[in-house]
Amino acid sequence: MTTPSETIEIKDIERLRAIEPRFRGLESGHRACQGCGEALGARLVLQAAGPDVVVANATGCLEVFSTPWPQSAWRVPWIHSVFENAAAVASGIEAALKAQGRQSKVLAFGGDGGTFDIGFQAVSGMLERNHNVLYVCFDNEAYMNTGIQRSSSTPHAARTTTSPPGKARMGKRHLKKDLVSIIAAHHVPYAASTSVAYPADLRKKVRRAIDIEGPTFLLVHCPCPLGWGHDGALTIEIARLAVQTGLFPIIELERGEVTEVMPLHKPRPVVDYLKTQGRFRHLFSDDPRALEEREHLQALADHNISTYGLAIDHADPLDSEEADTVRRGGLVS
Amino acid sequence: MIEIRIHGRGGQGNVVAAYLLAIAASDSGLQCQAFPAFGAERRGAPVVAFVRIAEVPISRRNQVLHPAYLIIQDQTLLHEPGLTDGLLPGGAILLNSTRSSDEMSKQLGKPTVTLPATAMALETVSKDVPNVPLLSAFLTLTGLLPHKSLVHALEQRFKGEVLEKNKQLVELAADRVPAGLWKEDRLAASA
Amino acid sequence: MQQALEGSQAIAKTVAQCRPQVVAAYPITPQTHIVENISKLIADGVLDCEMVSVESEFSAASVVLGAVAAGSRSYTATSSQGLLLMAEVLYNIAGMRLPMVLTCANRAVSAPISIWNDHQDSMAVRDAGWIQLYCSSNQEAVDTTVQAFRISERTELPVMVCVDGFTLTHTLEIIDLPEQKQVDAFLPSFHFSRTLDPQQPITLGTLVTPDYFTEIRHAHHRAMLKAADEIVAADKDWQAISGRASGGLIREEGAKHADTAILAIGSVLGTLREAMAQYEGEKIKLLTLRCFRPFPEDELRRMCKGVKKLIVLERALSPGAGGIIGAEVRAALSRMAQPPEVYNYAAGLGGRDMPLDLLERILKASSKPARDAFSIFDVQLQKLPAGER
Repeated sequence: MTTPSETIEIKDIERLRAIEPRFRGLESGHRACQGCGEALGARLVLQAAGPDVVVANATGCLEVFSTPWPQSAWRVPWIHSVFENAAAVASGIEAALKAQGRQSKVLAFGGDGGTFDIGFQAVSGMLERNHNVLYVCFDNEAYMNTGIQRSSSTPHAARTTTSPPGKARMGKRHLKKDLVSIIAAHHVPYAASTSVAYPADLRKKVRRAIDIEGPTFLLVHCPCPLGWGHDGALTIEIARLAVQTGLFPIIELERGEVTEVMPLHKPRPVVDYLKTQGRFRHLFSDDPRALEEREHLQALADHNISTYGLAIDHADPLDSEEADTVRRGGLVS
Repeated sequence: MIEIRIHGRGGQGNVVAAYLLAIAASDSGLQCQAFPAFGAERRGAPVVAFVRIAEVPISRRNQVLHPAYLIIQDQTLLHEPGLTDGLLPGGAILLNSTRSSDEMSKQLGKPTVTLPATAMALETVSKDVPNVPLLSAFLTLTGLLPHKSLVHALEQRFKGEVLEKNKQLVELAADRVPAGLWKEDRLAASA
Repeated sequence: MQQALEGSQAIAKTVAQCRPQVVAAYPITPQTHIVENISKLIADGVLDCEMVSVESEFSAASVVLGAVAAGSRSYTATSSQGLLLMAEVLYNIAGMRLPMVLTCANRAVSAPISIWNDHQDSMAVRDAGWIQLYCSSNQEAVDTTVQAFRISERTELPVMVCVDGFTLTHTLEIIDLPEQKQVDAFLPSFHFSRTLDPQQPITLGTLVTPDYFTEIRHAHHRAMLKAADEIVAADKDWQAISGRASGGLIREEGAKHADTAILAIGSVLGTLREAMAQYEGEKIKLLTLRCFRPFPEDELRRMCKGVKKLIVLERALSPGAGGIIGAEVRAALSRMAQPPEVYNYAAGLGGRDMPLDLLERILKASSKPARDAFSIFDVQLQKLPAGER
């Protein structure tokens, strides 16, 4: 393990990998909540990406908890500008590096707010112009840093402070925006969804994306214990359930076509996932609308399974990690 | 005017404690003001809130530098430097702790009363939110407001079983500290 | 009815009482509690209103623009970065003379990023053509919000109600909330003559050539200046209904024949007011600037007659120039035969606490001739490297 006092030439990537196979791009000591899915996601992304990157980060939890002046948790060059322009700033960095003939890979980081909503325009522009940038969206399904408000990524029927359940409403009225399809429509060389519950999958996809010269996009599903209403110790388990129900499908696309999926041998019913989180608690009351919404969410999951062909009638032979079970302690209950 | 500073950790109901105390004061016909020292807080991070209670309308809006009382919701905060800074001479500390009042008074060098608020909260409402027992004890010690004001404040925020359990917690804590120990004409004193 | 309420909660309830039909919402600290409270009122069936949860503040402003143009009373709230992102649309709304109310929970502007209170945000858009009213307490925020809808609809000018973020929005205090019938008596239902209606089609937002642009700008400027009367009238009329005054254009308190005056805006006035108590009997007065746009020149000059020293304390600055309010004050006073000497300070930037002894220190600092026309009063130079002090 390298110590801060040792200087390693970044060009010496192979030796670096041998000394420290998992690069600590996001250092510990930052101010994230216990069990933060986004902190985990960012750490995994940088582990796989290595030190030869430049990061443009949108406003949000990740930026706030990692850079309280005069400290920073980042061991890579990193810039934060405003909420809506991470992709545009990344485009600028990429253009400059190209002009200077430099090889470092540009990464853009944003939450779902900064990607699905306020930063959407900039993402689309960056993809359309074919910049050699990997955009990573850490999707915790709401504006968490400002205190849990709905974004277009918030799942249907979820509680947030701007989509509270009450007499007139049952949580968020609208569906989770199908961002992956929109990204697909840009026909970028590679786009994928992944989850912090599947770290090997996540790291593999990061390395694949980085090796591509051109715009690439990763959607990383990240539970937020505070915003979703669960114990910080259950982050991974809950992220895994999101995938296993079909509500968050794990897929890969090349130039707009689905090329690979993580199959579900035994999809879990959505209620197994919903009941773990406070943001869906109102779906388990006696209110007749609650049953309706549970069925609605099940239909959405079933639709994903059918659309992406996730059903498989046998255990996946490629699933060497047995990713859908927990190695220590058996099946997720 | 009495100024109170409440120290806690994010997730322990620090701001809620300040608001409840202020609402209780207004229920008793007093003027009040409560606000957090505005940090970007996460669960577990040290947080501070301020309360002012007076008989006349309160004008100042700066942070409380010289509190008459400190309420400390988490004894692990005692490691924070400067936690008890600014306490007025003759001021007192209410501390959520399982250790004795005598021991903590000696350690802090200031009059301190302790209350095992976390244990009480866990037992009664099954959550680690020490603020209700602490506020109830605070009212017993100071005689500042009647306990029913605190109950009225709770009624504004909670309902059903949660409210009933919190009311039990108020009663439980009310008798755990010496009544009127800190009672003085503090309303006349100003910082 | 007197209640202990958090500022944001009180503002949200008051907005609901003004019966908006469309509210656009986008979260940004420290305004978020306002839109959250409004969401809750809608979810509970208390407020019948279309809440549009937009994807950015730029769209929030655009949504309310469209809603007003289509004939609905509309509202939004924002701060800092959000206000700046809306900037293009703010100019557009004002230039089109669309009536609406926006609450700006004042917050510093990035970079450096700060979530805390200062006035850089609303000052940055002072030329957009909006009426700007600053509140020094949550009570004023509530009362000014009600008045804002009426002022806006009578003048056909949008109104920005500025409320200090955190310092007011997140402070719980006793607030006298208006009753619905009081608001209904004061605020008639929304009426706007230039709406988009297939029955009477009009064209809004046309291209204007140099032949007409000047005249349109003149009309806007004139409407802004005249709005001062409407602002004063709204305060008086609401006081007649509610029993509470909000401070008109500028509020004057303290010695009748003061030779020293302190002018400030926002919540710091509460602290300055209390600090003034120790100067009872001395010739000092406090001026609360409530209306910043239109800039109340006449009122200011009137209140500065006979004043020898005027201290302007603000919570923003124009880097490379100095105080913003200070500069405008100096310009207004230059038309006096014997203007006071002006001392201009900024303090409390980025949410720095403004303590009770600030008044005393400012009076002391201004007891000798100022070295600079403007300075940041509470800067702690030792925190900076030598070359940057």
